[in-house]
Amino acid sequence: MRNAFADEITKLGAADPRVVLLSGDIGNKLFDKYKDENEDRFFNCGVAEANMMGMAAGLALNGLRPVVYTITPFTTTRCLEQIRVDACYHRVPVIIVGTGSGLSYVDLGPTHHSCEDIALLRALPEMTVLCPCDAVELRAALRAALQHDGPVYMRIGKKGEPILHQTPPDFAIGRAITMREGSDVCIISTGNVMPMALTASDQLAADGISARVESFHTVKPLDTARLAELFARYRVVASVEEHSRIGGLASAIAEWLAAQPRQKADFTGFSLADRFLHEVGSQDYARRQLGLSPEIVVAGIKRAVAASAAA
Amino acid sequence: MSKNGKSTALSAEQVDELRATANLIRAKIIETSHKAKMPHLGSCLSCTDILTALYFNVLDIDPKNPRDPERDRFILSKGHGAPALFQILAMRGFFPESMMSDYGQDGSLFGEHPPTPDHLAGIEAATGSLGHGLPMGVGMALSARILKRKHRVIAVLSDGECNEGSVWEAAMFAAGQKLDRLAIVVDFNKWQATGRSEEIMALTPLADKWRAFGWNACEIDGHDIEALVRVLTAVPDGSGKPVAIIAHTVKGKGVSFMEDDNNWHYRIPTADEVVAAKRELGIPT
Repeated sequence: MRNAFADEITKLGAADPRVVLLSGDIGNKLFDKYKDENEDRFFNCGVAEANMMGMAAGLALNGLRPVVYTITPFTTTRCLEQIRVDACYHRVPVIIVGTGSGLSYVDLGPTHHSCEDIALLRALPEMTVLCPCDAVELRAALRAALQHDGPVYMRIGKKGEPILHQTPPDFAIGRAITMREGSDVCIISTGNVMPMALTASDQLAADGISARVESFHTVKPLDTARLAELFARYRVVASVEEHSRIGGLASAIAEWLAAQPRQKADFTGFSLADRFLHEVGSQDYARRQLGLSPEIVVAGIKRAVAASAAA
Repeated sequence: MSKNGKSTALSAEQVDELRATANLIRAKIIETSHKAKMPHLGSCLSCTDILTALYFNVLDIDPKNPRDPERDRFILSKGHGAPALFQILAMRGFFPESMMSDYGQDGSLFGEHPPTPDHLAGIEAATGSLGHGLPMGVGMALSARILKRKHRVIAVLSDGECNEGSVWEAAMFAAGQKLDRLAIVVDFNKWQATGRSEEIMALTPLADKWRAFGWNACEIDGHDIEALVRVLTAVPDGSGKPVAIIAHTVKGKGVSFMEDDNNWHYRIPTADEVVAAKRELGIPT
């Protein structure tokens, strides 16, 4: 995903003279092409994220379109007050890109994990939260973000994630994309954990349960029209996210659900446990340790389907 | 000479006029503090001369065209000085003074800190949380370079604000980029909310700190309007560096019973104190 980001921002930087790329001293060589083409609109802001975010707001207040890029905890929690006050309160078009989100950087330890970022940024007024599921969605999301007149947080993975969209989807902020049709249950996912939702859907199909899969690339504003449609149609709606169970996609759906009349579908959310991971390993290992795997999702959905049938 | 070719030397009459304006502003701030129960009086009075020099002489701004892309940008990074800034913006004609008649009341825009630029003409940044204004100003100065504009960016910081690490992050970045159209004035009144700024953190030598961070720094009397105009008008000063002006000030300046008394960080003046203060300032009561 990060290589797709570098490639897309290079194209967008060439096309739009308002684009200014700010990096927090990461992405060695990643942005060489961007820098070659837009030397006066790239700044390595050093390891100083509070200043980087405040500066981005200053650039945006003067008509530019800054894109702030560093590892997720440093572009979110490290400078949360600057995001809240300088970007959101001023309602300026700052694009905040967090790379290596969730458990992408397991080996770097919890200092580099980000399992609370959606919760924190979603809570900020004026903020839009985008979690593209693959490089194709990321490119479309970045293009849409640059046309949006307000702050946008984009949560992306690392490199080497599978391509899930064979053709560029019709992308609009706040409008979910159907990844796969299905008739019994629906799995809503967001971000680079989408392959797990698709794998769960495959396994459910093998057991005779047809599972639709939706990409909620926009966690805020939530596509409530799609939610209404899904909750009216299916017996079970499940969410899958690589984020704490506190405040992420499942929470956002539950907040919507709490304000609705009784729905046909039961809702079950699959998220990460509310704890730090003290061991290293693969991303799949880390997800499993924190309660997220295709098997856990499949078993949980089957239980929900059985409970729904019994009710 | 300034960037507009204006002479930087003020005549004696101009200095007297600016001093009288500053005292009038002080009286308005004190009256408003009493009526609207707004604190931070000491902080407002310590930066009144700095703001007067900026808004009545130095800044290239047009109240009739407050969004002119070429205008100088001013950021009151010590946002709690907003009661002073509001009075000055009204006097300069950014909005009618009558707009402030509801100061502090339900639905008013006028409180303890500046609202956002979208809500009040003349405001460049909604400050209040310390350590935000300078990084935003650095972004504005950088945008001027990218967009090939000649305007300056000037921010006023408090000495207590220099506790914030973001100030020094911004200082290093600005110096690294040689943003010589950027200047700050530190309203160095030697107090922060609950104590002497030098005792809470090792603040001095403050000018040397800014020099060590790559800025061209000078120290002046922050109540000497002639000196303020001289150093501020000289930005960019030819050094190729951003400029830090350490303005030695007195908290509560202009009213004997408020001067250097940190109780006036939060105290609200009584009606009698308003009368006494105005008398000292030479403003009819």
